[in-house]
Amino acid sequence: VDSLFHYSNLARLRSSHMNFTPLGDSAVTITLASSIDESSHRVVRAALRRIEAAALPGIVDLVPAFTSIAVHYDPVQIDGELRTGDEPASPYGHLVARLEEVLHELSDEPLPAARTVEIPVCYGGDLGPDLDDVARQHHLTADEVVAVHASGDYLVYMIGFMPGFAYLGGLDSRIATPRRQSPRTAVPAGTVGIGGSQTGVYPLVSPGGWNLIGRTPLAIFDAARQKPTLLDAGDRVRFRPISVDEFRDWRS
Amino acid sequence: VSIRIVGGGLQTTIQDLGRPTHQHEGIPAGGAMDRVAHRVANVLVGNDEAAAALEAALIGPTMLFDEQTLIALAGADLDATVDGMRVARWTPTVVPAGATLRFGRAVTGCRASIAVAGGIEAPLVFGSRGTYLRAAFGGVDGRALRPGDVLDARAPSRLSESIAASLRGGGVRPAHGAWSAGAALRPAYSNDVIVRLIEGAHTAELTGASRDALTERRFRVSPSSDRMGYRLEGEALALRAPREMFSEAVAFGTVQLPPGGAPIVLMADRQTTGGYPRIGEVASVDLPLVAQLKPGDHLRFRMISLAEAQQLFLELERDLAQARLAIALRFPAGRH
Repeated sequence: VDSLFHYSNLARLRSSHMNFTPLGDSAVTITLASSIDESSHRVVRAALRRIEAAALPGIVDLVPAFTSIAVHYDPVQIDGELRTGDEPASPYGHLVARLEEVLHELSDEPLPAARTVEIPVCYGGDLGPDLDDVARQHHLTADEVVAVHASGDYLVYMIGFMPGFAYLGGLDSRIATPRRQSPRTAVPAGTVGIGGSQTGVYPLVSPGGWNLIGRTPLAIFDAARQKPTLLDAGDRVRFRPISVDEFRDWRS
Repeated sequence: VSIRIVGGGLQTTIQDLGRPTHQHEGIPAGGAMDRVAHRVANVLVGNDEAAAALEAALIGPTMLFDEQTLIALAGADLDATVDGMRVARWTPTVVPAGATLRFGRAVTGCRASIAVAGGIEAPLVFGSRGTYLRAAFGGVDGRALRPGDVLDARAPSRLSESIAASLRGGGVRPAHGAWSAGAALRPAYSNDVIVRLIEGAHTAELTGASRDALTERRFRVSPSSDRMGYRLEGEALALRAPREMFSEAVAFGTVQLPPGGAPIVLMADRQTTGGYPRIGEVASVDLPLVAQLKPGDHLRFRMISLAEAQQLFLELERDLAQARLAIALRFPAGRH
């Protein structure tokens, strides 16, 4: 997460351009946009739907990100495909040709309605030890920080970094807060934090440098659950403040 | 067959070929670090290549077998013995009932694959029995083995039974096969290796000096290397200009360049996405060479084309397929 944004003044790619870059000998990155925003996200979603629908053989997994999709593939299976056709090509060349066909004239296509997931959060106190600090930095009260955070409409741009971790867009700039000087060694699972212009929920206990403002009783990631991740790319997220008692009841 | 762990070793985990289809959920692909050793060890005992086996790092475990068991070791030479007698790698071995498999010092390489006929039993988590230590799932409660653990082997295949029968086990000495995996299936491990690298998304953005250093300088494996990634020490590398980076997917063998300039080779337990420039991608066929490096060992990179890397990939797969076929022909199921 700490490496999410490295802003520089490098010129942005033309957004209309679709780019294929090998990610080693068993994956390819398809770059579809050049900035992190909802329109980039819609193009990524649309491309993902097209590729999924095409059900090309040899694809192991599709990993969407802010501006790209990685296609992990099995070169042996793609090579097997090749022998039945005529064109001489490497597995990479063959797959990219197929993907180009599938993504031909990709545009801002209608997408199914986004799911909205409500995440109850107990803000402040022991569960959100940095809430007061965040408030002080912005000359707000703790309640105001909570109100701003809980009124946001967030979008899950991508899942990555750790199992079930959702990169959320939509944090109000009034409460964007730089990461802490010294990261904590163990942030409990379910902790809600703010790091720079990002907000998110730690799915697992992990080291972390974000400002911890609360905790949800929901399991963001549970390996034993039928669907282990609470959030998927494309979901909308809203945070709802709950009391400490509600938090405890939820857990029991 | 049940196997009692008497000593856990430094870090012995149950591994298979991982869970590569769950990366979109942020779940690391995981699995064996040296996939060739893992697959060959399984083939040697008549298992499916993806069966779960043990991966032992540097200091191997001590394991007591309650029954006569067909096993195979591949990958690192960690000085394995059964009741004091040396156990060869890359060949099937019948371990007598009541015998103990022990390991000594790391002679070559870093990680030994220990396959057992039938494969090691463990619950499937996201389609894999592999241990993911960081999130503590897979294998035995998501952790490395420790004394007192008892592992069960799954039912051996008929091929496994044929191979075991051919070794005329049943005595008190371990019995080796008179045959072993061919040279094509044994990666050329060394503590100073040349690793073939495919151009990465941002290789062209390295400074001229860094681009030269990437392929001309030796890098040393840092002590903070693990199943997640290998940190390399050596000449610091830099891009010509800082670039705007968005987190996106990475792969097994992606070479990332964090701001400090010390590259990291992402390994089996890598995160699914990363936000650093990608200055190279290790050819899959050379990943076992990296997986067997210990802290303090060295590597150099040599650039190859993607087409060449894919050719090598397909050749290795053909060799593995041939080995499977040869064993199946040599031991027709059910005939002893």
